[in-house]
Amino acid sequence: MKEEFEPKILAFCCHYCAYSSVDLAGSMRLQYPPNVRIIRTPCTGRLETEYFLKALENGADGVLVAGCLEGGCHFIEGNIWAKRRVEYIREMLTEIGFDKERLRMVNVSAAMAKPLADIITDMVETVRKLGPNPLGQNSTSKKQETAL
Amino acid sequence: MIVAQRKQIPEIMDIVKQHKSLLVLGCGTCVTVCLAGGEREVSIISSALRMASRLAGSEIKIEELTIERQCDNVFIEQAAEAIERNEAVLSLGCGAGVQAMAERFGNKPVYAGLDTAFIGILEERGIWTEKCGACGSCVLGDYGGICPITRCAKRLLNGPCGGSREDRCEVRPDSQCAWQLIYNRLKDIGQLDKLKKITSAKNWNTALDGGYRVIVREDHRV
Repeated sequence: MKEEFEPKILAFCCHYCAYSSVDLAGSMRLQYPPNVRIIRTPCTGRLETEYFLKALENGADGVLVAGCLEGGCHFIEGNIWAKRRVEYIREMLTEIGFDKERLRMVNVSAAMAKPLADIITDMVETVRKLGPNPLGQNSTSKKQETAL
Repeated sequence: MIVAQRKQIPEIMDIVKQHKSLLVLGCGTCVTVCLAGGEREVSIISSALRMASRLAGSEIKIEELTIERQCDNVFIEQAAEAIERNEAVLSLGCGAGVQAMAERFGNKPVYAGLDTAFIGILEERGIWTEKCGACGSCVLGDYGGICPITRCAKRLLNGPCGGSREDRCEVRPDSQCAWQLIYNRLKDIGQLDKLKKITSAKNWNTALDGGYRVIVREDHRV
């Protein structure tokens, strides 16, 4: 029997909003697919442009960047910077011939547990439809997974 | 500084596709400051090329390196070993850097990963503008420090053209009229009388006509 593809989504979650939201989602016993691997960041503005490319290059099926609502960034405008960087890489992904829908940025507050759970579900379903990362998984990501 | 911007990934792929290994070489000077060819851009473009080549089914082995300055032999030497290990070099330096690398490493193909655009400055974050045309015979002293050759769309030495609206250029309404700027500046520094002078046709022999230009300083030669 053919095994169903389970996407691996890397989610960069801002400490001040999205990370609190996923935490709240847990407290509220909300369900979202277990396909996301969450990395807490002090602010999405901390994320360098190359992180998104490296994640996809190393085998992530999708990358979700979750920052604060616009105007609500703890560091004033880190989420705006992140939005521009994500957009830059999305354009570059199109140049490469890679589906840009594998990289997405969303804005949530610390209280938006249910919307974030829905966003994660939607992202997982989008990537599931796109199929596995066409680059496959290289040795680096396998090694990292073993270490975990 | 020299301002450049990266080429599109498909264009670079087309240039380097016949190679099995490639050194992506950044430059730590002008192109680092204009965010086109520094260490970070080397990392981004290398990732993009690795992904594009794997998608195309031709995995190019890519090595990344950034040296302080590609247009200076002293620094170029730092790249010698890495260049030796690879079939070709994709230089993220300006046009001068690419040519300096190609001259130094005669048996290696050296390709340009950037389009060198102009000599300019960082106007504000993320915006660079041209300020100097490197004409070889600077006239800035006559025009209050604003270059009519680079910044006037018609390159008028005896302006204004009369077509500007308010302070906007009629050719490019998104930019300020250089002659309005020259007038304002000369007024501010009390040199408006300079505008009464009719400037004769510029001697372009000092510019690109007649091939590349060379400056020799005997006092510095060894």
